[in-house]
Amino acid sequence: MKKTYDVAIIGCGIVGAAMAYELSKYELDVVVVEKENDVCCGATKANSAIIHAGFDPLPGTLMAKLNVMGSRMAKEISQALDVPYKQIGSLVLAFDEDDLKTLDVLYERGLLNSVPGLRLLDRDEVLQMEPEISPNVAGALYAPTAGIINPWEYGIALAETAVRNGVELRLSSEVLSIGQDDENWRITTKSGDVHARYIVNAAGVNSDIIHNMTAEPSFSIRPSKGEYFLLDKSEGSRVKHVIFQCPSKTTKGVLVSPTVHGNLIVGPNAVPSERYDVSNTSDGLDYVRSAAMRSVPSISFRDNIRNFAGIRANSDNDDFIIGISAPRFLDLAGIKSPGLTAAPAIAVYAAELLQNEGLALSRKSDWIGTRKKVRFSELSVEEKNRLISENPAYGRVICRCETVTEGEIIDALHSPIPARSIDGVKRRTGSGMGRCQGGFCGPRILEIMSRELGIDPSEIIQDREGSYILTGQTKKERC
Amino acid sequence: MHDLIVIGGGPAGLAAALSAWENGIRDIVIVERDKELGGILNQCIHNGFGLHYFKEELTGPEYASRFIDMLNDTSVKVKLDTMVLELTPDKELHIVSSASGYEILKAKAVILAMGCRERTRGAIGIPGTRPSGIFTAGAAQRYVNMEGYLVGKKVVILGSGDIGLIMARRLTLEGAEVLACVEIMPYPGGLTRNIVQCLQDFNIPLYLSHTITKIHGSPRVEGVTIAKVDGQRKPVPGTEQYLECDTVLLSVGLIPENELSRKAGIEIDRRTGGPVVYENLETSVEGIFACGNVVHVHDLVDYVTNESLKAGKSAAEYILNFNDPTGNSVSPEHSDISDIRLVNGVGVSYTVPQLIRIPKNLMVNSSLSISDPDIELSDQLQDVEVFFRVNRKFGRSRIGVSLAGNELARFRRERLAPGEMEKIRLPKSLLMKCLQLGLSEIEIYAVDEMTGQASADNANETKITAVSPRTVPAGSKSSDKIAKVSSAAGGSI
Repeated sequence: MKKTYDVAIIGCGIVGAAMAYELSKYELDVVVVEKENDVCCGATKANSAIIHAGFDPLPGTLMAKLNVMGSRMAKEISQALDVPYKQIGSLVLAFDEDDLKTLDVLYERGLLNSVPGLRLLDRDEVLQMEPEISPNVAGALYAPTAGIINPWEYGIALAETAVRNGVELRLSSEVLSIGQDDENWRITTKSGDVHARYIVNAAGVNSDIIHNMTAEPSFSIRPSKGEYFLLDKSEGSRVKHVIFQCPSKTTKGVLVSPTVHGNLIVGPNAVPSERYDVSNTSDGLDYVRSAAMRSVPSISFRDNIRNFAGIRANSDNDDFIIGISAPRFLDLAGIKSPGLTAAPAIAVYAAELLQNEGLALSRKSDWIGTRKKVRFSELSVEEKNRLISENPAYGRVICRCETVTEGEIIDALHSPIPARSIDGVKRRTGSGMGRCQGGFCGPRILEIMSRELGIDPSEIIQDREGSYILTGQTKKERC
Repeated sequence: MHDLIVIGGGPAGLAAALSAWENGIRDIVIVERDKELGGILNQCIHNGFGLHYFKEELTGPEYASRFIDMLNDTSVKVKLDTMVLELTPDKELHIVSSASGYEILKAKAVILAMGCRERTRGAIGIPGTRPSGIFTAGAAQRYVNMEGYLVGKKVVILGSGDIGLIMARRLTLEGAEVLACVEIMPYPGGLTRNIVQCLQDFNIPLYLSHTITKIHGSPRVEGVTIAKVDGQRKPVPGTEQYLECDTVLLSVGLIPENELSRKAGIEIDRRTGGPVVYENLETSVEGIFACGNVVHVHDLVDYVTNESLKAGKSAAEYILNFNDPTGNSVSPEHSDISDIRLVNGVGVSYTVPQLIRIPKNLMVNSSLSISDPDIELSDQLQDVEVFFRVNRKFGRSRIGVSLAGNELARFRRERLAPGEMEKIRLPKSLLMKCLQLGLSEIEIYAVDEMTGQASADNANETKITAVSPRTVPAGSKSSDKIAKVSSAAGGSI
């Protein structure tokens, strides 16, 4: 007999993951269908990794409300779910009179949005806080509640917690069409049909396509690409806060920030793009480089270890698009920046909307709200020794740049949402994220995966389906 | 406390440990992160190793096994599968392994022999998609030679470093099609013999003054756009061409692995990426020595061996002094020591060593003239071998050595190229002269004798052809000739 879920969530980026996490608290049958072979493969893994304080969105918007609420929730959830997060505060820099006026506007907005602790700083205060900032700075808006986070681990932790609490996750299940059987939705995916009473559309850059499968077109996604540099840890202490520039009529500005891993992130630009075009361009990178130097002239770009690009799910609507657009069909669409920050708050709000739409929410008594993982390099000597004596695999360092052990890699392969690619392991352990970019550890991780999963090395993929690494054995077959 | 800990069991660490043993040290530990000794040599299954040191041609694993065999006849201890997490300035090592857990070792002396890593795509910022199928040449070499797997069928190689050249040949022999080797500079990065034997012999085109401007494809590489570059290494619009391929290999430089050294507070030379060293391979931290590719990237393992033997000997001397309570310290801070800094003049990108220590007591009775070749000099002072690279290509040229602007020594070369490490021997008479004059700097520079300038970039070389074997005879290298200071000139190895 076919199973009918209470709720099907389409998409497992940060919004879908937060939704699954929120719904996993209740006595519900929930399924998440995800196009990719892992969770958090879209905008969630390629963004600025910032938890925004909330002074930017216009007061009264959903965006403003959910940003400030999400910022508070991120702090609590990251602690409960063992997600790297640091509240380091942010500075919006002003370089001229116009910028200073913008700071006043942002400050007022922040007050209206109830952002705590905002302060306008003069030039000397800024340079005292951040000596590497350009001497041309004229002032700054300081927001102490801004933070940095590991965005994909945040998403993975939310999704894992949902799975541990009974939510089903179907990967590699791109939605092809949505229809109705009796009273229920029938979602046809690449891996088969899924039946559910309610649908939550968290399809990110494809949320308009999913919406249009069930409802009259009412918005469209306008994907916008942002390109980044990720610099070596030797540059990681160049600044101590998230450094923004003033948004102007032409640009939102480029940020410079430490990451939770200790690197320096620089970006993004904003260019209209195709939905899946995450390629880097020399023009884009040149722009980002020179714009960032305006804030922090001393950045050593020769210490760059990786460029990447992400796609914002911008829409033709200024606010997030959150609402019931067909019976028992909820859109969480157009979740652009500050979507990462707002995600858990969006989920709480969405659960209320589902309840209003007739979904009964009754709390589980045995919900697990904590998560703990081994991060070998952060342990004390005693903890390290205890761990190695219990399991010697924790004594074998595989990724030398980030000090990731074989034990942690094996953990990732057997976690609630197990890694099935080299980059899946990377997103869960940090292996290959360092300065050698997997040059040394890549072959060894491939070997461990092959052993642990019992598959031939040539079947191991780098990231998405089709991203094969090896093309066959040297002595068995000929090219 | 151990006498000596060597970090790294590749060619540098092996030779250094062996040399320390031969110089009387018995309590030696090698810490190696891999499961076996030999380092990167284990994946270098091609021949060409050992021509200088063993006077015969060996493969990488054979070369390594010679040293491993020699080491087996000693009581040098080896900790395999063990990672060094931290080194402190007072020579404490924090190490971790499955077998022994987390340990802290202490030593009288430490030799850094961690080798180097490969520059990655990020370091050079190639635009385009980020598919699978992009490998550093060394990672591909590991897959092919050690794991027995092919990495692709149609390959473009970016950069003409030696590993990339070797892999061009390897992949061709394994049945892959290597479409091109693309080099941004107007000259190749690797050894001439590798250009000849790995590219020309297999008709693989070398595109000089070209680069990859875009990588195409997702989820796997589908092609690259390459373009010619101008004198500022910027792509020239209109020169783009598309090459269809499933694999890109990067051979765009090697970076000494000095994260441990930095944490230990060891001074790093921005030019080499390695520690600043004295002529005895001691770093800025007393009792910590360094050798091999962790100091600067070498062309040949034979040169690594020679440097490492010297480092092992120096460490042994340090330890024996350390044991003798009345022994003189060789600390660089010591007031009886004078430091001479080697300054990179025009055309020279770096030198190793960067510093030379000279005992000041040699100043006494030193009414020497540098022009007198027969003068007897104190045994305490020795000739110093200086290794360096030039920063561009030169034709017939001279390497000049000057004190306060006066050229006191010159070494003739038929040609100079950044891809080939150069060596000169600074005679002790020159060092003496430096002391006499109260100078603390010696400048080394290169001059093109044809143009009189320190530049010989040749625009003709940007055309899309492999370098003709006739223009650069493989393996020929003129021996050192010294014009003014003749007595102590060293020949090539």
